[in-house]
Amino acid sequence: MLEYKMPSLGADMESGFLREWHVKPGDRIRKGDIIAEVETQKGIIEIEVFEEGIIGELLVNLDEQVPVGRSMATILTEEEAASGKAIPAAGVKAPIPETAAQAVPAEEGAQRAEGPAIPEHAPESHHIRASPLAKRVAAEKGIDIATVHGTGPEGAITRDDVEHAIAAQAAPAKAAREAKEEAPAKPAIPKEKTPTPATIPDTKAEVASPSIPEPAAPIPTAKASASADTIRMAVAAAMGKSNREIPHYYLETKIDMSKALAWLSETNKQRPVKERLLPAALLIKAVAKALNDIPELNATWENGLQRKELINVGYVVALRTGGIMVPTIHETDTKTLDEIMQALNDLIPRARALRLRSSELADSTITVTSLGEAGVEVVYGVIYPPQVALVGFGGITEQPWSENGMLTVRPILTATLAADHRASDGSTGSKFLTAIKNYLQQPDKL
Amino acid sequence: MTSEEIKQTLLQQLKGIAPDTEPEQLQPDDNIRQTLGIDSFDYLQFMVALDEKFGIQTPEEDYGKIQTLRELTEYIEANVKN
Repeated sequence: MLEYKMPSLGADMESGFLREWHVKPGDRIRKGDIIAEVETQKGIIEIEVFEEGIIGELLVNLDEQVPVGRSMATILTEEEAASGKAIPAAGVKAPIPETAAQAVPAEEGAQRAEGPAIPEHAPESHHIRASPLAKRVAAEKGIDIATVHGTGPEGAITRDDVEHAIAAQAAPAKAAREAKEEAPAKPAIPKEKTPTPATIPDTKAEVASPSIPEPAAPIPTAKASASADTIRMAVAAAMGKSNREIPHYYLETKIDMSKALAWLSETNKQRPVKERLLPAALLIKAVAKALNDIPELNATWENGLQRKELINVGYVVALRTGGIMVPTIHETDTKTLDEIMQALNDLIPRARALRLRSSELADSTITVTSLGEAGVEVVYGVIYPPQVALVGFGGITEQPWSENGMLTVRPILTATLAADHRASDGSTGSKFLTAIKNYLQQPDKL
Repeated sequence: MTSEEIKQTLLQQLKGIAPDTEPEQLQPDDNIRQTLGIDSFDYLQFMVALDEKFGIQTPEEDYGKIQTLRELTEYIEANVKN
């Protein structure tokens, strides 16, 4: 039997709030499955498992604050599961008021009494089987939870269900708002907005009078600012720790980007819009290849230098509401430019929506930040602990450039390295930046 | 498709790509990327959306010509195959 523990999703993380289970006792899980959603300062993170087996017990209640390292669930082998050990029959006696269990009818009350109390903030629409997270998102977005079709355990409504309902409403929402303004008391509006009335759960009848939340309220902004505050605190904690503990040294070099840009322009001309590459893909790949040559910088400093086998580049994504997220591009050195581009196209929107998975937040072995678009030429970064290096790219600008005794004008990129002097020295850093520079002179080989 | 319909489609696409912005506040001559804080990734997604909605494969060298809603609407009117 294994115990699944709350993972650390960054040097600054001490605990997270369990917001949703995606599994129940008896469920078969495979490596990479998402078993829960945990709210951290960096948003709601989908937590993955890295074992195979069968869920035994869920050890944490919804909305409970769980310290990093605390057991959240047990995972059984086939044999253990077959022997019936530790699996509550049909999951009903699970010692957790699981999502659906909040709406367990009276006849199961005896069994429920063995379990923990219903969360004291029992929601207003308690006849509806929905996770607290789903209810909260629904309330924030002005969705009547009773109109959402549940696909979770025992038909419970999950956050994904609410988000699908929101997406389905997005287009007609404006028209509906206007209609509502004209006839504010019309209770039929939510029904009209509901795309598939047939999917309304039968529990709807039990809802006395579905209170229609005010959809015109600018909730997304409110939510974004709340998240922006917590993300600010997460960045503050990590950067404060970095500056206190890591003796940084900085190096910089100028890189002539004319070959890389010409190659990119030619390549993109032959591609449909959807398959075009951005300069960032080249920069990230050049960093990954340079790390293959200089592995000392692909490491963490935790009671000494710990070199990392896999090269996982973390790419800094600036949030429009302030703060940053650093999603991971796994095994970056083995990916083609197209694959890196696909990874970015997938990760960046999810990072901005604060919807990353645990492995995408926790696995980076080095960080790349590209501030070029903001217009600056040079960025001196702060290392994300426990990593030992950060590569910064400024904007590409036309600059005077001398080559073979001739003065000319070239598109120039300034690359910087911020590195941990406990882990490496200037000569190592210098080789690394030079390697990046050389790889960018041969873009077709990246 | 009228200019107004094109504009509405553009606003809808921008909202989809950058949900935390307010494209409806854009003035016809505002620089879209600067005003909404849209980076090159968002912009590429926007170009992909234009391709899907209007069937326009915008070459990279044209990016500079379509920085405002007005320019973009005129560009689409000129390039869309009716």
